Amino acid sequence: MSTTSGKAQRHSQFVGQDKPRRNAIRHAHGRGRFVDDIAFGNLAHMAFLRSPYAHAEILEIDTEAARALPGVVDVFTGPDLVDICTPWVGKLDHFPGLRTPEQYPLAMERARWNGEPVVAVVAESRAIAEDALDLIMVEWSELPAIIGIDNSRSTDGPILHPQYDSNVAFVMNLTAGDAKAAFRDAAYIVEDTLELGRQTGLTLEPRSIVADFDPSLRKLAAYHSTQTPYQMQDVFVRHFNLSEENVRVISPDVGGSFGMKLHVYGEEMAAVAASIRLGRPVKFIADRMESFLSDIHLREHKIHARMALNSGGEILAMEVDDATGIGPFSVYPRTSAMEGNQALRLMGAPYKMPHYEGKLTVLFQNKAPTCQYRAVGHPIGVTVTEHLVDLAANAVGLDPFEIRHRNIVTQDMYPHTTATGYILERLSHEECLAKLEALMDYPKLIAEQKEMRERGIYRGIGIAAFIEITNPGPAFYGIGGARISSQDGCVIKLEPSGKIRVSVSVTEQGQGTETIMAQVAATYLGVDLDHVDVVTGDTERTPYGGATWASRGAGIGGATVMKAALAMKENILEIAGVILQGEADDFDLVDGQIVDRSNQQVRMSLAEIGRIAYFRPDTLPQDYHPQLSVSRHFVPQGTPFDFTNGVQASYLEVDVETGLVKLLNHWVVEDCGIILNQQLVDEQIRGGVVHGLGGVLFEECLYSENGQMMSATMADYLAPLASEMPDIQIDHVCTPTEMTPLGAKGVGEAGTAAAGAVVLNAVNDALRPLGGTLRTTPLTPERILKALGKI
Amino acid sequence: MDPLIPVSYTINGKSVQQQVSVRTTLTDMLRHQIGLTATHAGCEQGSCGACTVMVDGLMVRSCLIFAIQLDGARIETSEGFADDQLMDELRRNFADRNALQCGFCTGGMLVAAHDLLSRTPHPERAEIREKISGNFCRCTGYEAIVDAISKTAQALPLEDSGK
Repeated sequence: MSTTSGKAQRHSQFVGQDKPRRNAIRHAHGRGRFVDDIAFGNLAHMAFLRSPYAHAEILEIDTEAARALPGVVDVFTGPDLVDICTPWVGKLDHFPGLRTPEQYPLAMERARWNGEPVVAVVAESRAIAEDALDLIMVEWSELPAIIGIDNSRSTDGPILHPQYDSNVAFVMNLTAGDAKAAFRDAAYIVEDTLELGRQTGLTLEPRSIVADFDPSLRKLAAYHSTQTPYQMQDVFVRHFNLSEENVRVISPDVGGSFGMKLHVYGEEMAAVAASIRLGRPVKFIADRMESFLSDIHLREHKIHARMALNSGGEILAMEVDDATGIGPFSVYPRTSAMEGNQALRLMGAPYKMPHYEGKLTVLFQNKAPTCQYRAVGHPIGVTVTEHLVDLAANAVGLDPFEIRHRNIVTQDMYPHTTATGYILERLSHEECLAKLEALMDYPKLIAEQKEMRERGIYRGIGIAAFIEITNPGPAFYGIGGARISSQDGCVIKLEPSGKIRVSVSVTEQGQGTETIMAQVAATYLGVDLDHVDVVTGDTERTPYGGATWASRGAGIGGATVMKAALAMKENILEIAGVILQGEADDFDLVDGQIVDRSNQQVRMSLAEIGRIAYFRPDTLPQDYHPQLSVSRHFVPQGTPFDFTNGVQASYLEVDVETGLVKLLNHWVVEDCGIILNQQLVDEQIRGGVVHGLGGVLFEECLYSENGQMMSATMADYLAPLASEMPDIQIDHVCTPTEMTPLGAKGVGEAGTAAAGAVVLNAVNDALRPLGGTLRTTPLTPERILKALGKI
Repeated sequence: MDPLIPVSYTINGKSVQQQVSVRTTLTDMLRHQIGLTATHAGCEQGSCGACTVMVDGLMVRSCLIFAIQLDGARIETSEGFADDQLMDELRRNFADRNALQCGFCTGGMLVAAHDLLSRTPHPERAEIREKISGNFCRCTGYEAIVDAISKTAQALPLEDSGK
């Protein structure tokens, strides 16, 4: 924007514009800065000896030869750390009865999954550390491994934690209305058992940390690839007995996270312990096999579910019995009960369904721990519900669109509380469903499908409605006793040049957080977008807050920045009033210029305000102290969450000879309230959809019967590549939330929530004339051919 | 400690001398000895493509080749491609179209896209998808990457002969 005089033009409305990300320019020029890219002096490297067994007693560990290897700096085991690091327990008070034992950075007397870290080696290079691993002798005594969900649930099988009476970690029952009566009176009942395969996160940047401890002041700096620097600061403070002001967590560029990088892992804790032991920086970068073996896994569920309908095809009730295997521990600090909890509560959520009976059983197993990951619980709730809705449509004789039209929550019902207790402020299911039907040209697809079937080509159409949990308040973790903030903070500073520096507690992992925060700041201040710089991901340089997870960055972080920007603008106009000898109200800030509010005439630039306020305050009145930075915090209030909604559809072809699925088209109509940057919103949806497609078609953490992970390389664990993925068509409905001043809700998980469900429904639709039904994901060619009775 | 052997390369147009151990991969040499960190180690098994570089004009997984094998080679990393109009356009279109989110795959993806358009200036959309299927991206779902490559291709001058 020019600084010449004349009338200012209102260009500073950046909310809603597709502004490219400055971070993207940096990455496209090879200027990313991930943890492993940062150079440190005197750096030591870490590697772990991991349990080769799923379950074993550790009888003896001999590290003498490893210690003697030149270049090895330190070797330690679990018991060596008990004086440095206190154990943790993955429980929350709002999951009463959840039980899980204490955990230490390294296995103590027993190893409980294949890949659990047991011994740590610190050396002058990673290669030497790995050499030393080969010299460590461990005497193991293998124990029976508990692997499958039924295996864990069995009452006469082995028990994983001897101090407990079973392998059950947690049970939850959820009842609304009278489901039994509804089933008794139903005209139609459909039921099925679904099994959803265990997946993992597979961020391309693996888990990474450099812990740098200064023993002279007991100060820790952790360069850590995490979504949640404040949570990790608190974890390091509490478990290493450090002072909060002495612990700094810096998250530089984070190479994908998706929820995988917000949990406490033994290896990162061991790296901090090593740095404390050695007083020098210690690096741990997981290699890909370590990632497969020790990153959290997700979504291993076996669900038996029933749905009751009346003669008009109205859903009366669902009964759901969901069992999930979480590995040997509930993960700290967010617990491994959350995924099942949300799955159980999301059942039937888009529909009027008055009666519900849900049971969740969370089970221990000798596999890698599972925990929260993108769209926590959503794909399970949506897949089960929408599979039953399609079965019901078939039973009643209704078109899949028609049965959904008859059952979705309508505009006259808001605010609406679901049978499972979620409070929905206002959603837009009817509008989304109507838009989808038009967008995909449903009648044409039906005709095409029919015509193809006559030629022996089996195409299917799948539809699924969903709601998404976004903008969580303290009800999510705080009330359960977790020290995870639900508020966020923002500091805005006017630089002497007139430029704006925003530091905010929400974090960036590629979503575009920094760009949309800059857009919000520029809009509500009245400055050019290029004049705003945003700082995130450093506990020492930003206010304390929740950071980015559970689709909270845009909605809560955006509202925080908006509040700070409006406060900063007030301060700037007050200074302008003093300098120009008028009242603050006489002026406005437009495109970085102070203008007369009455006629938009430019009076002075923001740079001039900066010059006078910082360098010539002597020209201002006595006792006037210009306030050149502000801080504001924002707490999400009102409802516990701001829900979004949407609907997806898939069109695909199943090759009935090979069992291969070809995705032809995918549609998403979604409502995340105010859209801050449509390109970034659409790319969140696309990326999310592909996570869902990976889960339903390819991805599976396979374990052998004795608990060996069989798919621990990227050649064995299949994840989506470009050639298999369709283009994804997206449209929007906009229902702003009134719970925040900005009106924006989250969108990070919408794509993942229903993408798997629509593919399952579309595959089953394709196979309907042949009589096969798929119930187990991923939908591998083998499973499809089995469903068709061909193998 | 491993013995070190002297080797020399031309990296991004500059002559470079290094001492490498026999087991140092090209990825590790570039990243940790030279400090060219845009070449990322995503899997170290040749599956993900994040470490893709050009060696003597051929696209190579730098994690699958030892630094000592390449004495005298010309290596171009994602940071290179100076004064290369095609790479400039790819970078611009990747940023404009948000064809990257976390940025970890981007270095390798750009090298792969550059190699594709150098060989096939006007690929069909399906061909782009096929040719970048050696490069894993967990964030974008690929469509934006295909768009960015496609847009770059559309701006290229049509060949006199060929397709």
